[in-house]
Amino acid sequence: MRRKIVLFIIIAVCFLLQTTLFQKLSFANIGPNLLIIVVSAFGFMRGKKEGLWIGFFCGLLIDIFFGFYLGVYALLYMYIGYFNGMFQKRFYPDDIKLPMILIGSSDIICNLVIYFIMFLMRGRFQFWYYLSSIIIPEFVYTMVITIFLYFILLKINQNLEEHEKRRAIKFEL
Amino acid sequence: MKNIRKNRNKKKHISSKYLLMILSAVCIVSIFSSLVLNISGGPLNTVAGYVFVPMQEGINNAGLWLSQKANNFKTLSEVQKENDDLKAQVDELTEKLKNTQLRQYELDSYRELLELDDQYAEYDKVAASVVAADSTNWFSTFTIDKGTKQGIEKGMNVLAGSGLVGIVTDVGPNFAKVRSIIDDSNKVSSMVLTTKDNFTVSGGLMSMNKNKTLPFSELRDEDDSVQIGDPVVTSSVSDLYQPGILIGYVTDIEKNSNNLTKSGTITPVVDFQHLREVLVITSVKDTGEEDLSKASSKGQE
Repeated sequence: MRRKIVLFIIIAVCFLLQTTLFQKLSFANIGPNLLIIVVSAFGFMRGKKEGLWIGFFCGLLIDIFFGFYLGVYALLYMYIGYFNGMFQKRFYPDDIKLPMILIGSSDIICNLVIYFIMFLMRGRFQFWYYLSSIIIPEFVYTMVITIFLYFILLKINQNLEEHEKRRAIKFEL
Repeated sequence: MKNIRKNRNKKKHISSKYLLMILSAVCIVSIFSSLVLNISGGPLNTVAGYVFVPMQEGINNAGLWLSQKANNFKTLSEVQKENDDLKAQVDELTEKLKNTQLRQYELDSYRELLELDDQYAEYDKVAASVVAADSTNWFSTFTIDKGTKQGIEKGMNVLAGSGLVGIVTDVGPNFAKVRSIIDDSNKVSSMVLTTKDNFTVSGGLMSMNKNKTLPFSELRDEDDSVQIGDPVVTSSVSDLYQPGILIGYVTDIEKNSNNLTKSGTITPVVDFQHLREVLVITSVKDTGEEDLSKASSKGQE
């Protein structure tokens, strides 16, 4: 329960910051993607199931406020969370390389999928333009934010896990 | 106690693969149902609206308060200089206004002579503020802080200043989703005010990013009467937009290879970078048929 509340707060805060504050702090119309950091980080920290749930809800939130059809972003983010969950066994909290690589590639893949589904299908063939003016800048900005946000998420998750462990021991007794 | 724990364990053992499949199916069903039946979030809109919109408003207000406080630190000399500039501007504008008023009298008298009605009726408007902008960098949609409770409906046009901003594509009780005309998937059928030629202005992420213009196409103009700088307004044949709303000015015209039509670019009058307050026209374009479904689904006219 406690985990659910904390997760809700994390998602809400990131969504709010992304849609208000970071839209004002955007460089050349490009803002960072905080939600992908949350989805990806909890995916590889906690596994496939939690990853896909968080992805589903983050995507749903985007769908409700900004999407075309309800469910497009939910589907996309859910799969991103799920695939990040596959790397849980290779994840060690001290290692920053794997999280950076996973979050970065999640962001790029997410944007590539959006490009292919929603732009290429409508005849926008200038792939290199979109790659260099949207996908790469967003990737860079997101990676900069990741350096700060990832450690916050990691700490929160460690605290939660510790709390859960203590409670589990209490139950056993 | 044991039972509870057993249940819990059972619950946890739905394999993530099955969960993924179930949720994917849910998403796909919901995509198709919103595509085919054109239903929006409904209760989801309500819940999400009540949870998130007040918080977004709070953040925006805090930001505004901070920037106001920062403005307070402007030095006196700066303010004085600005005051002088503004005074000069006031003089200039009063002069212009006088001229315009004179012209308006002239126009009115001509209209009376010709027994013309006002071509562009004044619309009833509701003011709203922008609370959040699209979180992806691909599209140009935003939400405003007025919804069904304030009488906003799907398909209403949104203005800022005197220019067209976009169209309401979805409403919750206390928020509305607006797709702006610069959104890549948007199309507005419009007309050149000087020659009354109709054409289509499409939104464009690329041209908007590159040089702040929107591409237009399908302009039929055999005798080259459309000039650069001509004002472009929404057309009266549009299904979704009220007629006569200013969109922008022609900045570039080019003949297509078929030698029949022309395409080019227009510069919108609205500053889409710094939208804060918008006006919503509280009447929906009446086309005699239920075409509004198009507004939310694709934006094609």
